[in-house]
Amino acid sequence: MAQIEIKGVAKQFGSYQALHSINLSISDQEFMVLLGASGCGKTTLLRIVAGLETPTEGEVWIGDRRVDHLPPRDRGIAMVFQNYAVFPHLTVFENIGFGLRMAKVSNDEVKRRVERNAELMHIEQLLARYSGELSGGQRQRVAVARALAMEPDVILMDEPLSNLDALLRLEMRAELKGVLAESKTTAIYVTHDQVEAMSLADRISVMHQGRIVQSATPVEVYRNPAEHFVAGFIGNPPMNFLSAVPEGAGRYRVADKVLDGPNGASEPLVFAIRPEDLTLSNDGFAATVKIVEPLGPHLLATCDVAGTMFRAILDSDMTVKHGDKLTLAPQDGRVRWFDPESQRAVA
Amino acid sequence: MNVRYLPYLLILPVTLFLCLFFIYPFVLVSQQAFSGPEGPTLEHFREVVSYWKFPISLQNTLLLAAVVVPIQLALSLLMATMVSRMGKGRDLVLYVWTIPLGISDLAAGIIWLAIFEQSGFLNSMLYGIGAVSEPVNFLSYQNPAIVFLAIVLAEVWRATAIMLVILVAGIGLIPKEYYEAAEVFGASPWKRFVKITLPLLRPSLQTALVLRVILAFEVFAVVAALGGTLFPVLMSETYAYQFDLLNSNAAAAMALIILGISIVSTIVILRALRVPKGARV
Ligand SMILES: Nc1ncnc2c1ncn2[C@@H]1O[C@H](COP(=O)(O)OP(=O)(O)OP(=O)(O)O)[C@@H](O)[C@H]1O
Ligand SMILES: [Mg+2]
Repeated sequence: MAQIEIKGVAKQFGSYQALHSINLSISDQEFMVLLGASGCGKTTLLRIVAGLETPTEGEVWIGDRRVDHLPPRDRGIAMVFQNYAVFPHLTVFENIGFGLRMAKVSNDEVKRRVERNAELMHIEQLLARYSGELSGGQRQRVAVARALAMEPDVILMDEPLSNLDALLRLEMRAELKGVLAESKTTAIYVTHDQVEAMSLADRISVMHQGRIVQSATPVEVYRNPAEHFVAGFIGNPPMNFLSAVPEGAGRYRVADKVLDGPNGASEPLVFAIRPEDLTLSNDGFAATVKIVEPLGPHLLATCDVAGTMFRAILDSDMTVKHGDKLTLAPQDGRVRWFDPESQRAVA
Repeated sequence: MNVRYLPYLLILPVTLFLCLFFIYPFVLVSQQAFSGPEGPTLEHFREVVSYWKFPISLQNTLLLAAVVVPIQLALSLLMATMVSRMGKGRDLVLYVWTIPLGISDLAAGIIWLAIFEQSGFLNSMLYGIGAVSEPVNFLSYQNPAIVFLAIVLAEVWRATAIMLVILVAGIGLIPKEYYEAAEVFGASPWKRFVKITLPLLRPSLQTALVLRVILAFEVFAVVAALGGTLFPVLMSETYAYQFDLLNSNAAAAMALIILGISIVSTIVILRALRVPKGARV
């Protein structure tokens, strides 16, 4: 059983607070994705779990053991480093087998596991090479294979696919998910690629400026963002926002329309809607098209609604052009409301 | 100007300098070593090699190198590892440890002579605590082992720092991430030293060892100060040919023999610590 418990972990670098009291429990065999913008503290949190960084405050538990005082090698983890850290003086084979050699695994078993994981990462033809003779993406796959070969209880991956081309990334993503599910490994996976996060995660933890702002299933994070930040971060393009002025009895004026909203607010709220949750109708926001981007399966129209940028995803067979006037109606049940003070979702 | 010639142009001054002050004297010495009354000859080599002191001085030189260099290698690796893990005070410690580098080898020999000689510190101390009833002459022909030990000590004290500074610089160049990866994948501190530090330090080890081994074959002043004629080495024999026996041809032949030994050992070291192509950091 390798559940991970992060209790009140904070990290300070000098006077800079990189992590603010993080609480996170990851259950056994769960695939947890840490998602967040560059510099929000994902790597720092991962390194604290690995034991490469000591938390300023808080506890880390893996399984039934408190591990924050243990060196990395006693934590039963394997890790894919953001900068790969593939050993330059060892061949790809010895790199992948490094941890197994340290664990004094028999030669036959090392060979078997190295070959299997190299195949999985499509680098089996590179086994005799040194890392100086590899491309960045190949080196990254060596780093992934090296971690997988350990067959650990817990695997920590810091943007393990960031350097691969789109096609390979898609394939590796599927492979990883399959392998880790099969081996019943608990995984923490760092990425800033939302699609990757959505497709891999059992649960996504969205990080922002050293805090976890929401921890939920991908659908939940997408459908019900808990904070204004999450709504503006998740989704490509992210949600549209308009300010909403209360008109009494749960009614709000949003742009040129009056809509039903959460009861009881007397202060203005923020109205939010996903671009794909807008439909063309007679009754909606008056929008002026500014930019049209055909994206293949659909069409992205960036419009102006009451002086605010507003994006809508439309059918690809529509013909809209710059300057067109559209009427965009939000679909029922897809609207979110945020409190501009606390940034939290109201409904 | 053609860019292809630029590198050659840039190294031209150094090349000229080397030709003037290294190649030219080297050619002169070689001439002396090989020239006889009737044209080129190997007579001088035959002469120095067949002299009875040659085998013993060769043996002493090699023995000294074989004992001193490994001790220095181990010590400097240990010291370099310690220094590179220090935060505050690192530079101070490094300066203190490298002080002996600033002392000439003859002065170093004399310092250790002052310790070991009959009226030296060691004797005063032993006499003071009553360990000996009268001062002992440690550095006499009756105690060849102590003479050797004193020379080894003086050499270790004097010339470990030169390896230390090279290795400290080399260790500083190894990215921290490799240690972290090794740590995560189960390597103990000792394993990290053997599996990460040592192999990634090969280029620096090469430099340090080549320098140190060549210096070991040229050892002279320390030996002269501590052992006098009790411990003949190749360099002291060369000196004797040149200045006592006034035989510059023989001295030149000795010099070339030392050069030959240095070249061979350099090649051996470079080969042994070669980093395969593609395996460089
Ligand atoms: N050793 C350190 N010393 C000082 N500050 C640090 C250190 N490591 C990280 N930081 C700071 O902590 C913050 C979080 O860094 P971290 O590497 O965790 O970001 P990240 O979320 O992994 O970003 P990215 O997606 O770019 O990798 C950054 O602002 C960074 O500057
Ligand atoms: Mg990072």
